[in-house]
Amino acid sequence: MSTASTNPNPAGDAAGGSRGRAPAGERLADWADGRLGVYTLAKSNMRKIFPDHWSFMLGEVCLYSFLIIILTGVYLTLFFHPSMNEVVYHGSYVPLQGQMMSEAFNSTLHISFDVRGGLLIRQIHHWAALVFLAGMFVHMMRVFFTGAFRKPREINWVFGFLLFVLGMFTGFTGYSLPDDLLSGTGVRFMEGAILSVPIVGTYLSFFLFGGQFPGGDFVARFYSIHILLLPGIMLGLVVGHLILVVYHKHTQFAGPGKTNNNVVGMPLMPVYMAKAGGFFFLVFGVIAAVAAIAQINPIWAIGPYRPDQVSTGAQPDWYMGFSEGLIRVMPGWEVNFWGHTLVLGVFIPLVIFPLVLVAIAVYPFIEAWVTGDRREHHILDRPRNAPTRTAFGAAWISWYFVLLVGGGNDLWATHFHLSINAITWFVRIAFFVVPVLVFIAAKRICLGLQRRDRDKVLHGRESGIIKRLPHGEFIEVHEPLSQEQLHTLTSHEQYQPVEIGPTVDENGVERKIKGSEKLRSKLSGAYYGDANQIPKPTVDEYKELTSGHGHH
Amino acid sequence: MAALVVLLIALTLSGGLYAAFAPADKAQADDTAQSLAIEEGKKLYQVGCASCHGTGGQGSSDGPSLVGVGAAAVDFQVGTGRMPAATSQGPQVTKKKNIYSQAQIDQLAAYISSLGAGPAVPTTNDYSPEGADIAKGGELFRTNCAQCHNFTGKGGALTHGKFAPSLEGVAPKHIYEAMQTGPQNMPSFPDTTLSQQNKKDIIAYLNAVNGDQTDNPGGLELGGLGPVSEGLFAWIFGLGALIVLAVWVAARTAKAKKS
Repeated sequence: MSTASTNPNPAGDAAGGSRGRAPAGERLADWADGRLGVYTLAKSNMRKIFPDHWSFMLGEVCLYSFLIIILTGVYLTLFFHPSMNEVVYHGSYVPLQGQMMSEAFNSTLHISFDVRGGLLIRQIHHWAALVFLAGMFVHMMRVFFTGAFRKPREINWVFGFLLFVLGMFTGFTGYSLPDDLLSGTGVRFMEGAILSVPIVGTYLSFFLFGGQFPGGDFVARFYSIHILLLPGIMLGLVVGHLILVVYHKHTQFAGPGKTNNNVVGMPLMPVYMAKAGGFFFLVFGVIAAVAAIAQINPIWAIGPYRPDQVSTGAQPDWYMGFSEGLIRVMPGWEVNFWGHTLVLGVFIPLVIFPLVLVAIAVYPFIEAWVTGDRREHHILDRPRNAPTRTAFGAAWISWYFVLLVGGGNDLWATHFHLSINAITWFVRIAFFVVPVLVFIAAKRICLGLQRRDRDKVLHGRESGIIKRLPHGEFIEVHEPLSQEQLHTLTSHEQYQPVEIGPTVDENGVERKIKGSEKLRSKLSGAYYGDANQIPKPTVDEYKELTSGHGHH
Repeated sequence: MAALVVLLIALTLSGGLYAAFAPADKAQADDTAQSLAIEEGKKLYQVGCASCHGTGGQGSSDGPSLVGVGAAAVDFQVGTGRMPAATSQGPQVTKKKNIYSQAQIDQLAAYISSLGAGPAVPTTNDYSPEGADIAKGGELFRTNCAQCHNFTGKGGALTHGKFAPSLEGVAPKHIYEAMQTGPQNMPSFPDTTLSQQNKKDIIAYLNAVNGDQTDNPGGLELGGLGPVSEGLFAWIFGLGALIVLAVWVAARTAKAKKS
């Protein structure tokens, strides 16, 4: 590795002469190692082990769609003009001939109709963005439900969370760039949200738009945010995310031979090089096929942005849909004091918006505090074995989807022949009620599955074979599980609820108990108390049942 | 030759005489036809419409007065099957199969126009795409219509289960009449608000972006509903396909060599 190290066998010396020159590949590798230290890197990383499970490839979907977005985005920047100067359209799309529009819109039409491959690349870019965000959503859920965010991976969870949030805003700014009527309405929506901030709202809006909305600046500003600032930060986070994945090593599901100190799987070289490399092309292929089959954001049909126009059915891309839902279902409250108007109907959703997201960012730290567990975890949980966590996750997802319903309330109304008012009221109530119901239901389901596992371990698998005993009784034959299955089903550990501890010290003096301590004990009880997890079968129980006392 | 000249003179004379007298005859015949149409229309009205709109079109608690709505309103409402309305209906009267012939609709229209002057049925020239400015029509559509009917006339929701219908497949004549008369929740756009030319432009625009001949350069339109259907498509077909592929790739692993 060190550049100062000397070659023990200088080229052309007598001892090496008989072997002749090394092959070209080896010489190139030697050359590179002398300058970059690739041998050490390769030695430690080429045999890096990745476990086999399809859900571990969801992160790859995100990484590859991110790369596709960068590649296609670069092509689009070659033709896009981020300017709001007004021009008259004279391109090849007839229904817009002679219309006034911004150069941004004009150049997007140019890309769509007059640049070779322009429309396909535009559509790949946009579809890839939707898939990128959807992939991150599902990837995060996988990590969440399997508890892969636990120590030592909390920081990486936060990196992933930031990537998701930054992805949302990168998507939003990109969607706004063509300056079409749909995205312009979205930018107007954002301006309204900024204006609702008490005291500083108006100043912030004027600062962002360089004066009165829409002004002549925002496309150029969003452009540099969209192609430089946010993707730059995201690229850094992606690199950090990947370095941490390698540093922490991959998590794995419990199973025979898999411990907290090993990783069972296939090496990077050659198996995962081929698999992951091939998967990149599969992802690219699927997204390109989708982009070739289905139209996305047809800005020519939408028309150029004009602040005096608006269309029904104006929604943001799906990842911003929950914020749309928050605004749509919020009652239009407004208070006025001393001549100042506070638009609560917009400001409250603006405050809830980050809270929805932050709820998932802070969860690992809350759980770590409740369990008080400071050990490292490399073996994944099955969601059923962490019922309260699983219930929290399911409740959050239901909350998110309730808001998505709110964001598309008009389409629900027209396509299911419902009243939009009824849907709005449903969402208002469901916002509070559905997560609670889903929490309870998910927890019950998890506990039911735990009971089933316990049953399986103790009594074996139901074979479906009915046996008649000599005295006439019918029984179903249960097959005992294999040693491997028994191990997998019982390898999870179960926490005990945290006790507050003695309230008086050894001298009989009453100890002051902090509120946080009480809260923690309560939460811990709710997580791991009596009715909140099913005790897994012990060896004694198993032995007693299988010791050959006939049928139970 | 002389015979030919005589023939020409005779023809000219008879033609000229006909020209001099014929219009009067025709006008007379027209009048009769008109009153006949009104008569017939009244009969149809009494069967199909009077129970709600009153015996003389004066309206009742079940239906508005039809005095002064004009032939255009009748042609639209009956021609699209909205009228006669079903006895029990949802939040708004929707289009359905039209049970009247065009001749009967014209008779009904004649009767209703005889109750009070109103907008007439537009002529083909009023709504044909010739001489229309599609781009101008698009601008007018986005300014006046898109709030309820969506960017390209795919329709949208209104309050309490009412909705602005999709304009796909609606006859240009009916679109013209709807603008003229403002049926149900729709505001009316008389010629003083949207000139005849404006209406023609809008119809031509709709024909261009939401007609039979419209092609979508980007592929499947996904309902033309914007990001909601796009998001659904990305989740189901984009991410769905990728997850299927991930399962497939993960299931194919290298096997350890038996030794």
